Amino acid sequence: MNSPYDQKQLIEANFSVKLSAPFDSKEVPTFELVIDERLAVHGITAIFGPSGCGKTTLLRAIAGLQPIHSGVLKVKGVVWHDQVRSLPTHQRPIGFVFQEASLFEHLTVAGNLEFASKRALESFRPKQVQEITEFLEIDQLLSKKPARLSGGERQRVAIARALLVRPQLLLMDEPLAALDQTRKREILPFLKRLRSESDVPIIYVTHALDEVTHLADDLLIMEKGRVEARGSVDEVLTRLDVPRMLGEEAGAIVEGKVTKRDTQWHLLRVDFSGGHLWLRDSGEALGQSARIRILARDVSLSIADEQASSILNRLPATVIAMADDIDQAMLLVRLAVGNTVLLARISRRSASQLELNQNQPLWIQIKSVAILH
Amino acid sequence: MPLSAADWSAISLSLQLATATTGILLLLGTPLAWWLARTGSWLKGPVAAIVALPLVLPPTVIGFYLLIAMSPSGPVGHLTEALGLGTLPFTFRGLVVGSVCYSMPFVVQPLQNAFTVIGQRPLEMAATLRANTWDQFLHVVLPMAAPGFVSASVLGFAHTLGEFGVVLMIGGNIPSQTRVVSVQIYDHVEALDYAEAHWLAGSMILFSFLILLLLYLTSGKSAADSLQLRS
Repeated sequence: MNSPYDQKQLIEANFSVKLSAPFDSKEVPTFELVIDERLAVHGITAIFGPSGCGKTTLLRAIAGLQPIHSGVLKVKGVVWHDQVRSLPTHQRPIGFVFQEASLFEHLTVAGNLEFASKRALESFRPKQVQEITEFLEIDQLLSKKPARLSGGERQRVAIARALLVRPQLLLMDEPLAALDQTRKREILPFLKRLRSESDVPIIYVTHALDEVTHLADDLLIMEKGRVEARGSVDEVLTRLDVPRMLGEEAGAIVEGKVTKRDTQWHLLRVDFSGGHLWLRDSGEALGQSARIRILARDVSLSIADEQASSILNRLPATVIAMADDIDQAMLLVRLAVGNTVLLARISRRSASQLELNQNQPLWIQIKSVAILH
Repeated sequence: MPLSAADWSAISLSLQLATATTGILLLLGTPLAWWLARTGSWLKGPVAAIVALPLVLPPTVIGFYLLIAMSPSGPVGHLTEALGLGTLPFTFRGLVVGSVCYSMPFVVQPLQNAFTVIGQRPLEMAATLRANTWDQFLHVVLPMAAPGFVSASVLGFAHTLGEFGVVLMIGGNIPSQTRVVSVQIYDHVEALDYAEAHWLAGSMILFSFLILLLLYLTSGKSAADSLQLRS
């Protein structure tokens, strides 16, 4: 999934940001963000972490909305901030989508979009503007005032507006966090299509793991102002030190392709690099790529292939490593299934009974799998 | 015609004074209100208090110190004489200066409120849409603060029309130069011309009522708009 090293796509961030309480004359920072990363951004890079971990501060610093205390920020070889100068926000080739859509209430939807396209680096042809409004399905809303739009519509307008400035980098700060579940499901498909159809790299800040698993290509996990882990999303989520931060949500992501439809049993077969899985048929077309999430708690282990089992998906695997879980009774096991890495969360007692060792071959049973829509 | 030529002259003078004062206050008050709405400086408190002083001080106190400052031996008087403008007391210009000081809070405070309500977010939004500071101010702040500008203009205008103490202290009572409506009414009453005083005073009540009504009708509408936003 990683694109080859490409200087043009690179964000070099080596800086610190200090936040102090407003009107605090003693200037003791209440929060410090320290970052030293070189990110090859392509597709969607998610910045994930609990609230207060500094993920929004990092995004705002990249946008120039948050002053950098010291250090250097370079994007695609261009200095955005160093000791000598700092490019003001309006000169950075970015688009920004805030948590609350922040549309200009005094303008119509069309006025909001025009605000962006008028100031774009290069202007779009009217046909391209139309493509963007149709893509986000807001072409029927152009004459409305933002106050008349639903939360989901507002956020779609905000995304279109950010695209219309022709950004080289799109920054999204928890764009779904202010929406209810229904609205979230309404926006997610647009973001997925944006990932596949647009060549603008996106940095996506979120505290919701399901958004990471649905959308992200790369993942950067932050805690207390520091980067704890980064890499491709499938790699990071199956690292043994990371899942402990995720608890019950720990699990792997598998990219595969729908290859067969079993109409008798209403199942779909998805092939991936470690074998294949049978899933409930949720209507995907044959040949379509599918992203599957396999939670560690849904994976169980056995020494022999238990043919007489109600579990549909049984695969041969090898133990790569084991690590303590946050729960004292449990253990996390990292497993290789072909080239794919999966995680299992099993009890220590079971591990002892199975006499699990590194490199031990065994069978895994997967209780439930679903395609991420 | 119940209003005499002298009455009309006073009305015309009052309108000129109120227009000039409001215009100058919008020019001076906008950056001042913007600064007050945004700054984290320790100076914010003292400056806001100075701007608000005319709300609590008797007009005669302000008039008295302005008179002293603008007199030939006062600091402002020195300046205006050095600039070849002569001295300001007992001139129309002097009245404008006095009115600007006296009506300042009526313009600055509504503007400051309007700017504060806008908050930081629309400006950040505009900056990410490649608008520089001036562009943000013209195309985001001004339209969003429009109701605040209406309130500020109407209040500044109406309050200047109604002033009496400052005018009397620094303008005196010179026909066609400093004799504004409020002073003219005072003259009528002193001369026991109650009928003429009634006409002028009544017109003033009616006029002030109408412009305040205009203000509440327009601000009522914007209040309704902002209610819809929240729902």
